[in-house]
Amino acid sequence: MRRVDVTSAAIDVAAALADHDAGGHGASASFVGRVRGDGGLTELFLEHHPVMTQAALETLANDAMARWPLAAVTLIHRVGAMTPGEVIVLVLTSSAHREAALAATAFLIDRLKTDAPLWKRESFADGRVQWVEARDSDARRAAVWEG
Amino acid sequence: MAELEISYFAWVREAMGQSGEILPLPPGVADVSALIAWLAARDERGAAAFARPERIRVAVDGEMVSANRSIVAAREVALFPPVTGG
Repeated sequence: MRRVDVTSAAIDVAAALADHDAGGHGASASFVGRVRGDGGLTELFLEHHPVMTQAALETLANDAMARWPLAAVTLIHRVGAMTPGEVIVLVLTSSAHREAALAATAFLIDRLKTDAPLWKRESFADGRVQWVEARDSDARRAAVWEG
Repeated sequence: MAELEISYFAWVREAMGQSGEILPLPPGVADVSALIAWLAARDERGAAAFARPERIRVAVDGEMVSANRSIVAAREVALFPPVTGG
């Protein structure tokens, strides 16, 4: 199975895993990213492109399935306003053995940070609002998967 | 003359004061970098949004491209900061 969602609704990790794992795969790996409350952050807003974000995530899921023998990929990214502790991104991958599932999960989270048109805006308790700057370290991590 | 739909995202959208606009391809503008320079020279909002063109990323007709991409036959250009999802 392949599920790719861009959603403004809360991500239900247990329900997504139940759907994903219905095939009874030999090895499943997961990444759950949550909003951190560092520095008094009160809201994280994720802006997205109405067409390109979904397409970019689908391309990444297809790339992962072409690169590793995966039985299932679930890639769900939250957009809009969220608060600390909420799930912002969920990656689930499954294969017959752990190597493919673990590697594909790392590939997907690394690459979606540089390939998907998404922009984070942080709001803080003291009234500050700022757009998150892209990090060189993310670009370097994503580049590891090239070639 | 062909019309071009331009969309802005994140702080580029805020600096421009709008999420997008439709305009005829400006005379002499053939690629993305020329379009960015034209927007920067048009008014104060454009000057603020595109003060540092190296910080701008581009998609033409839904495909991420570099700034030397031709837009002569393009329908839609999206201009935005480096992405920060995940």
